[in-house]
This record gives sequence, structure tokens and C-alpha cells, in this order.
Amino acid sequence: MEASHAISEAVKMIKPDVIAAYPITPQTHIVERLSEYVANGEIGAEYIRVESEFAAISACLGAEATGVRAYTSTSSQGLALMFEVLFIVSGMRLPIGMTVVNRALSAPINIWNDHQDSMSCRDSGWLQLYAETAQECFDLTVMQYKISENKDVLLPSMVGLDGFTLSHVYEPFFIPEQKEIDDFLPEYVPTHAILEPEQPLTLGPIGFPSHYMELRKTQVDAMEGSLKVIEKVFKEYSEKFPAQIKGTRPETYYHIEEYKMDDAQVAFVAIGSVCGSIKDVIDVLRSKGEKVGLVKIVTYRPFPMEALKKSLKNVKKIAVVEKALSPGANGPVFEEICSLLFEAKSDAEVRNFIVGLGGRDVKLDHIQKIFDMAKKGAGKKQEWMF
Amino acid sequence: MKEIRLHGRGGQGAVTAASILAVAGFADGKFTQAFPTFGVERRGAPVTAFVRIDDKFIRRRDEVYNPDILLVLDSSLFKVVDVTGGAKKGALVIINTTGKPEDYKLPGFDVKCIDATKEAFAVLGRDIVNTAMLGAFAAYTGLVRKDAIHGAVKEQFSSDLADKNIKLVDQVYEKAKN
Repeated sequence: MEASHAISEAVKMIKPDVIAAYPITPQTHIVERLSEYVANGEIGAEYIRVESEFAAISACLGAEATGVRAYTSTSSQGLALMFEVLFIVSGMRLPIGMTVVNRALSAPINIWNDHQDSMSCRDSGWLQLYAETAQECFDLTVMQYKISENKDVLLPSMVGLDGFTLSHVYEPFFIPEQKEIDDFLPEYVPTHAILEPEQPLTLGPIGFPSHYMELRKTQVDAMEGSLKVIEKVFKEYSEKFPAQIKGTRPETYYHIEEYKMDDAQVAFVAIGSVCGSIKDVIDVLRSKGEKVGLVKIVTYRPFPMEALKKSLKNVKKIAVVEKALSPGANGPVFEEICSLLFEAKSDAEVRNFIVGLGGRDVKLDHIQKIFDMAKKGAGKKQEWMF
Repeated sequence: MKEIRLHGRGGQGAVTAASILAVAGFADGKFTQAFPTFGVERRGAPVTAFVRIDDKFIRRRDEVYNPDILLVLDSSLFKVVDVTGGAKKGALVIINTTGKPEDYKLPGFDVKCIDATKEAFAVLGRDIVNTAMLGAFAAYTGLVRKDAIHGAVKEQFSSDLADKNIKLVDQVYEKAKN
């Protein structure tokens, strides 16, 4: 099955009450399949076909504020159109679940994969988790609701998967039984956001300068605190649903996935489906005696500083491989890795490799070259792998 | 690992063929991965799709540059794209054509020719050749059993259309075998 359909299956099984989506480009097969499920009665959700992504996220906001479980999915320009509402959702502490099929932003017009869309939303107060495989798409979608709806978190979450490079790939994954999913993720019981005529309530009112900072601080505290919740949910899920197909997911989910990092001198740091290709290249390099590993970032918001510090402690050379950029500065992940290494008083040499923008294929040769350049060191801080 | 590249034109079903092959291979107990290259989706425009078959989960996500097998749904593509570009030495090239292997002047490749269009017209009444070419694939490669392709075709199409396509797979399979 396609990875996008892995998401559809997961959304079906978490039993959302409301699905709102805009059906035209840059939409994907995810909501197409979900609309079929709603039409033939396999899902009891209300499916709202809206007129834009702005309306999609607004409809989810309205639904979630009445105390029900809401879902939407989008990509690239669609996410950009949601931007304003993203902050309102997180500020109102509404645990909406969204899938972002990561695709480039225009101009020039481009429908293909990179991470510029969701990276532009990293400061919107949404949790961000990224998948490498179809299995991880399924698993993270189920887990995102358990995390977001936790009473100590109550923040919206997005799961990112690479457009086309993963979303349109047919590959095997395992689907647990519905009753086991129900057991893991019971019905959503709202605690704070329950709009009801009998019990009038105002949500998202004005926050005067006298209160705004305090409210933002509670949001930031909840985000920081969610690291522990995520870890717990990851562990619980991994134990309840042990890995069935080797290589399709980590045995135990964690904020990061380490691949051959035990004695690594050189490390790749990357996000998403490119990690699969990196693992294959690492196997070849290891067979030649190179001490090289990969740290895959699964949880990007909240940023797992301590986990990364620990993992990169003894590494001498680090290649941060990114499908995003910040014109006028280095890539977002690169900056954050540098920041934590500074805190850890590390003397590792870190370099930023920009790959795969706008769907440019990331070849194994690219990854081999990145390794050679990172190992040799003393080059430009930022390299573009065309 | 076996890497397969499919070349077709928009509307011939190359992308669907790749997914059917992946589903069939998985049903056959192998690990598979299938994905298309997406361009501007127009009827008749050249389309490429990829399949990988292995005995363990396939992690790499790059396109197929050095295929072991080429499945060419439309022989006119030889004039438009570098069909055999990057293909491994001795790669199997299965072409939908009324011509013969020697017509294509592809030294160093194992070329097989099959008139899938004729068979598709006879069974489906139109020139959608993807399932026909999968019959040829099963016959020439033995990588995926014909029965597994039947199963995957049933998953893909409604029952009437599935029955016709299964018949087409069988006919082309037999023709290719003999």
C-alpha cells in the first residue's frame, strides 16, 4: 500500500469526529481515501469539503473547540495558507492532528518534495514528528493524538512525510487490530475546550499585555513538558505493537533514531525518508571500515536537545543533511545542532548539506560525497548537493 | 536486489503496473517498493516508474538509475528518451512491439519483444497494455508468479475489469512462454 494510504488507514482507526480538507492541489491521496471511507460508512466522521486550506484548519479549530477529535491534511502552499490559524490553534491549546505531506513552496511552481513548508511553521507552537517509512507514517499518526490530547500537553501536532518520495511509494507496513488501537487510544474526552449552548464559554479571547506573556509561557512549558509525554507514548506504543517487519521502524520509538552510532566518528544528522538511503550508504562505508553513523530526528518540535547532545557527544565530524533552508542564514536544523553542541562544549566540526530541494533526487552518490567532504573537513560551512 | 524501470506514456498504465508488480511481489513473499516519477501528467507524455524487489525491507529512496530489467510499454519511446540509459550490462529489455529484437540494435542487452497492444485490443478492446506487459514480465523473468499478479490485479480493479485483465495476463504469459 502507498504511504499516503498508511496515513488514511491510521486516521480511519483513530476514529476522528470531523475531517476537513480542501481537495485540490496540493492535496494528496490521504483525504481522497478518507472521503471514500466516510462515503461508504467505514468512518463515522463528519467530512467537510471546504473551499480552501484556511477554511480546512478553521473548520478543524471550530470542531475541536466543541470537544471532538479533528483531522486535516495538507502540503506546501496549503500549509502556508493555514499559517495564520496555526498559531490560533496552538494558542487555544486545541489538540488537532494534521498530516503535512512535505512539498516545496513556490515560486517557481513546484509540487515535489522538500521540507520548506513545515520548517516554516516550526515556531507555530505545533508539535512536529517526521516519518521515514510507511510504517512510521501509520504509527506516528496514531501516536500524535495520544500525545496531543494528553492533559499535560494539549497542543496540536503535525506528522511530516516526504511528498512523492514517501507519500507515493508502495511498500509493506503492518496494521494492528482495531480493538488494540481503541485500547491504546480511547475516545477523546475534552477537559478545557467544550463549546456547548447550555454552558456558555469563550475560547481564544483577547489577551492584554498584562496576561499575554503568562499565557505564552504556559504554552512553552507545555511544549517542553511534552518531551516526556512523547517518550512515554512512544515506549507504550512500541511495547504494545512490537515491530513486525524488520527495518520499517525502530524497535522502540524515541525522539531520535540512532543507526550505528556506538563508535561513530562521523555522523549524519537528517530528517525523513532520506534516512533510508543514508543507512544503505552507511552499511557500505562500514564494510570498508569507516566509523560512521546516523542520527535521525523523529521529534523536531519539541527539539530533543538532551537526546541529541548525548548521541553526538563523541562524534568528531557532523554532516547535517537538510531539505530546507533559511535564506540569509544556515539551514534550521544545522543552526539548532550548532547551538546544542556549543552548549555541550563540543569541538566537533559541523557542516550543512542542502539536498533534495523541490524534489531533486538524493542519490546514494550524493550521500557518499557528503561523507567524503564531512570526513575531510575544512570546507565551506554550507554545501549544496545539486 | 532487482531493480526494474518501466517506460510508458501517460494513459498506458505504467504507474499502475508498477504498483501491481509491487503488490504481487509482496504476496509472493518478497519485499518490494514501487514509485513513479511525477512530471506534468498528460496523456501521451513519457512516464517512468520504478520497482525494487529484494529479500529484505528496501530502505533506499533514490530513483532507479541502473536497472536489471526494463519494461517498455511503448516502443516509440526509444526515439524520445534514453530508455536503456544506465541499465546494467546484460539487462533484460521487454518491449511492447510488432518488431523483432534485432530491430532495436541493443547489443549487450537481452531483448524480448511481445505485441501486447494486439492482445490488449483483443481482450480489453483498447490499448491499455500495462497488465499485458506484466504477463510478459512474469513469463520472461520468473521473478513474480503469474498467480500473484492475478491477485494484485483483483485488488486493483473491479471484478469485471479484473477478470478481463487476468485473461489478458494469461494470454500474454502463454505467448511469451512459447
